[in-house]
Amino acid sequence: MSFPGALRAWDTAQQGKTMAIRVHVDVVSAEELIFSGETDFAVFPGEAGELGIYPRHTPLLTRIRPGTVRLKVPDRDEYEMVYVSGGMLEVQPALITVLADTAIRAHDLDEAKAMESKRRAEEALKNRSSEVGLATAEAELAQAVAQLQAIKRLRKRH
Amino acid sequence: MPSGKEIRNKIKSVESTRKITKAMEMVAASKMRKAQDRMRAARPYGEKIRLVAGNLSHALTDYRHPFLTVREQVKTIGLITVTSDKGLCGGLNTNVLRLALTKMKEWDAEGKKLRVTTIGNKGLGFMQRAGANIVSQLTGLGDTPHLEKLIGPVKVQLDAYMKGEIDVLYIAFTRFINTMKQEPTLYQLLPLSGDLVGGESNRWDYLYEPDAKAVIDDLLVRYVEAMIYQSVAENMASEQSARMVAMKSASDNAKNVIGELKLVYNKARQAAITKELSEIVGGAAAV
Repeated sequence: MSFPGALRAWDTAQQGKTMAIRVHVDVVSAEELIFSGETDFAVFPGEAGELGIYPRHTPLLTRIRPGTVRLKVPDRDEYEMVYVSGGMLEVQPALITVLADTAIRAHDLDEAKAMESKRRAEEALKNRSSEVGLATAEAELAQAVAQLQAIKRLRKRH
Repeated sequence: MPSGKEIRNKIKSVESTRKITKAMEMVAASKMRKAQDRMRAARPYGEKIRLVAGNLSHALTDYRHPFLTVREQVKTIGLITVTSDKGLCGGLNTNVLRLALTKMKEWDAEGKKLRVTTIGNKGLGFMQRAGANIVSQLTGLGDTPHLEKLIGPVKVQLDAYMKGEIDVLYIAFTRFINTMKQEPTLYQLLPLSGDLVGGESNRWDYLYEPDAKAVIDDLLVRYVEAMIYQSVAENMASEQSARMVAMKSASDNAKNVIGELKLVYNKARQAAITKELSEIVGGAAAV
């Protein structure tokens, strides 16, 4: 008899629907898109400890530490692992966004980089051969622009 | 009339110049593709962080970050110029620096002070000669922009903004439109402009961990850095395409010059033969 078979098929379809409470996870860094897809469950290295997040979580905004993000992708037994060197985590009921850093960030490290950049600027200022001021710089630019236009005209003629 | 040998040498020298420009064109073309990919790869982060920052400004937060508040009086202006390290890329740097300079003169006339951060060698050289107050700089970025390198120079400006040493922050760079077209652009980074701030508050607020202030501070700094990174990536794509176009026209010009020189050379050769022939004929007639 074909009826029970059809019923079973309908039943599985329904089950599929009820199981489909999933949450979309995007892991992005400034330099690339690392992961994007649906998950059943995800674990993040939160600043105050590991955060396991199921779909329909309340909105949450936190920093995360360098570590591994584990994502349970549907229809797969193993977790999908993504390494991030820290960043921010935003959780919305249906969407989780990880804004991953591409560099290890720490206050002292950032400070050192800023100091280095400042020092180089000062050095460059010391080494400047002559200060010509805005007016002369503008004249130089005007000359460069005129040259470019001349080149453009030449190009058209050919 | 130059002799045959002279013209031959000239042709040879133009040909070797053409070889170089042709090679540079090809290198720029392959780098351009990579630079464009990188520029596109950076987009999702920019969009995501804008979304999160937008959500944040709509959420009910009692903490108001300085990046989001517009200051009434603008005394000092921060400016970041993004240029290339190397030349031979047409009018790319000239155009963006001219745009920056027009603004600088306006600000100067209004009695506003300026603190400049330069990214790229060309901008640094220009700002030095213009006698601008350079507070931080970055050169030698290479072909791949890394956010890590940008953190330092940007932080100098962000710190200055937090301390009230600058009241607005602008960035000047070349926007990539397509291979043939790049546009010098100047826009305001700080305070964050209209599309983020304001609007109606939502009923909900985030849970913050560890606390709202720390999280918002971090997020907004990253937001600004992401925008600067995006500008640098775009500038790099612009640089490579501008260079490719410039080198292509240089190669074409060299080709034209070679054609003209060859014509002159052949004419000179013909003239020499004719002259020799008439001499022989003249000599034979005399005998």
